[in-house]
Amino acid sequence: MQTRRSFLGATAAGAAALAAPAAIGQARPRLVVIGGGAGGATMARYVARDAGGAVDVVLIEPTRTYYTCFFSNLYLGGFRDYDSLGHGYGGLATGGVNVVHDTAAGVDRDARTVRLASGPDIAYDALAVAPGIDFRWDSLPGYGVEHQNAMPHAWKGGSQTQLLKAQLEAMRPGGVFVMIAPPNPYRCPPGPYERVSMAAHLLTQINPTAKIIVLDTKKSFSKQALFSEGWAQHYPGMVDWLPPSITEGVQRIDVAAMTVETGFDSFKADVANVIPAQKAGRIAEAAGLTDDSGFCPIVPATMQSALDENVHVLGDAAIAGDMPKSGFSANSQAKAAAMAVRARLTGSRVFPPRYSNTCWSLIATDDGVKVGARYEATGEKIASVDSFISQTGEDAALRKQTYEESLGWYAGITADMFG
Amino acid sequence: MLRYGVLALSLALPAAAPAPAADPERGAALFSECSGCHMVGDGARHRVGPHLNGVFGRRAAGLDGYTYSKDMIRAGADGLEWTPETLDAYIANPRALVTRTRMSYRGMKDPAERADLLAFLRGYSASPRDIPEAPPTAEPTLPAALAGVAGDRDYGEYLASECVTCHQADGSDAGIPSIVGWPEEDFKAALHGYRAKLRANQAMQLIAATLGDEEIASLATFFATHAQQPAAP
Ligand SMILES: Cc1cc2nc3c(=O)[nH]c(=O)nc-3n(C[C@H](O)[C@H](O)[C@H](O)COP(=O)(O)OP(=O)(O)OC[C@H]3O[C@@H](n4cnc5c(N)ncnc54)[C@H](O)[C@@H]3O)c2cc1C
Ligand code: HEC
Ligand code: HEC
Repeated sequence: MQTRRSFLGATAAGAAALAAPAAIGQARPRLVVIGGGAGGATMARYVARDAGGAVDVVLIEPTRTYYTCFFSNLYLGGFRDYDSLGHGYGGLATGGVNVVHDTAAGVDRDARTVRLASGPDIAYDALAVAPGIDFRWDSLPGYGVEHQNAMPHAWKGGSQTQLLKAQLEAMRPGGVFVMIAPPNPYRCPPGPYERVSMAAHLLTQINPTAKIIVLDTKKSFSKQALFSEGWAQHYPGMVDWLPPSITEGVQRIDVAAMTVETGFDSFKADVANVIPAQKAGRIAEAAGLTDDSGFCPIVPATMQSALDENVHVLGDAAIAGDMPKSGFSANSQAKAAAMAVRARLTGSRVFPPRYSNTCWSLIATDDGVKVGARYEATGEKIASVDSFISQTGEDAALRKQTYEESLGWYAGITADMFG
Repeated sequence: MLRYGVLALSLALPAAAPAPAADPERGAALFSECSGCHMVGDGARHRVGPHLNGVFGRRAAGLDGYTYSKDMIRAGADGLEWTPETLDAYIANPRALVTRTRMSYRGMKDPAERADLLAFLRGYSASPRDIPEAPPTAEPTLPAALAGVAGDRDYGEYLASECVTCHQADGSDAGIPSIVGWPEEDFKAALHGYRAKLRANQAMQLIAATLGDEEIASLATFFATHAQQPAAP
């Protein structure tokens, strides 16, 4: 307690003042946002900016620097340095968001308060929950939270990504890198395969006789034809992707022995990247916003929780119909939710939401591919209405341009999230 | 801002009736509008512009030995191919199809004249049988009627939030071009180009496909004035 208070410093005092409920009609209505990632940061920034001070926006986020998962694979491959993935919250604070660096420990939806880990309650008129994902630690026998340093998941931003890169760099010559790819639904469908590409790129340079084995829990995966073509072309003989029809699935992991047992064979790893099955960030479950799937059902047009109209759920934690769990999607959803929440709190105009997603992946130097879609809110879900995907056999100039586009997008979305 | 000066003038009118059969002989005479910069036929070489032999079915910026503009190279890499439709759009208003093209030609307004010119050029392409016999009747450039749709700035602001995920709001270009501070007519012409799939980028085609004329007009108004707001300190 002592350390947390001093760590929080001035913000803790600020948070204590937030405990007083906002009396509607007298004070400004308050929006509390839990989680300052792709969904939450965008939501906080847009409401603070567009409401022009008419809404008191509080963002609760424990970390002082957000390290994006997007482009973390490029860091692994050596195309980006680590610092370039980090983003601070100064721009949001300047933009009128009250940023509280703390963890939300609980939500009382009847009283409309959020309990901070450091103690105080914050009252809200509207709440946005955007905590990203947590892992189902019971999904792979033998692998638990205590093993995440021996076999990193690197599926949340920050130090895990650094750890995996360090392990790959230190791998013995000719060593074996084993990845266990997660079952659906998980964040960033093409992400594991972009990671394989980037690991292969790195290893081709520093450890060319190394092998990569992907033990998948799925029969097929996002952009499969594009990745398969790219692996054969750029990293011949290095990557083996094994679907459950061959392995009969992962049976158990022996972390001490660095082995993965499948129904078919036992695989010995020098470096293992284990990406477990996923669910909404813990606080969503604690707040009673999840269903049996572990994720949160929402109202398609507004991203309101299907269980509580005072709450919006954004990004990976939400069941967003046909939209994949991506930073692009979370950012897109946040804008629809920001518009809806402003309309509710201040009576501003509402327009039909526009949902879209584009996910770029880098396969090798200047070899970028993309997939994208548009979505519409129907009565029961967010439904895909149109889509595109890069084609196999595209020429090098187009692939290079697609990669350059992704650099433009990274600069655009991070500016859009953090100001 | 020289590039913007002449654009509004060159917006083509929608074709009222199907064009009559194209006349390559009249097209040969009209090629005088191009011949100051382009050669075609036996022994044609690059001049100010690239030679135009075999242009039908070719990727934009597809010839060796000629230095194209960055935007033409980008369009070619995106997949812009010279077809009757894309050539028609380019000749009607070069910058509506390829924003910063180096071809400083103000555009040929009359669709019938363009059809004649293309019929002439077609004779110098290796596989003329791949080209549909009917002359282009569609009007790919911005119909004049649209230029008057008043943009709603509020609506534009909401719609614009979708764009700034990729296009930086402050107008910087880190791999995706700036769209702030454009004259509205040029902006509308570019979006209509994507919507009609004359401009090739898939991501932009997808975005533009569901933008109605009113949305495009609102966006044009919003981004035209956006750059004039003082940058945040
Ligand atoms: C390797 C990899 C590559 C990826 N590549 C791409 C890509 O190229 N393009 C793309 O669009 N997406 C990509 N993604 C997916 C993208 O990172 C996520 O989909 C996106 O971050 C989801 O946004 P979010 O707001 O839901 O969650 P996050 O961005 O994860 O944000 C959640 C935030 O909530 C905070 N939080 C959690 N619990 C609490 C609590 N109790 N109290 C307060 N704060 C809390 C966390 O600290 C975190 O900052 C990638 C993901 C990975 C793993
Ligand atoms: C003032 C000089 C000029 C005139 C007049 C001109 N062009 Fe061009 N043209 C160019 C230049 C320069 C380029 C290269 C553009 C670029 O790289 O952006 C070009 C490019 C083209 C291309 C693309 C070629 C390729 O290889 O991709 C076509 C097609 C074309 N012009 C057709 C025409 C036609 C038809 C006319 C007459 C109606 C015409 N041009 C008039 C200068 C001119
Ligand atoms: C998914 C990312 C993405 C989004 C979202 C996006 N764009 Fe684009 N846009 C691009 C890319 C990439 C290009 C360059 C395309 C090309 O090479 O033709 C582009 C090009 C453009 C151009 C032409 C620029 C030029 O210099 O020729 C305009 C105008 C434009 N976009 C407007 C918009 C508007 C308006 C929106 C929002 C409704 C939008 N874009 C949303 C990626 C995006």
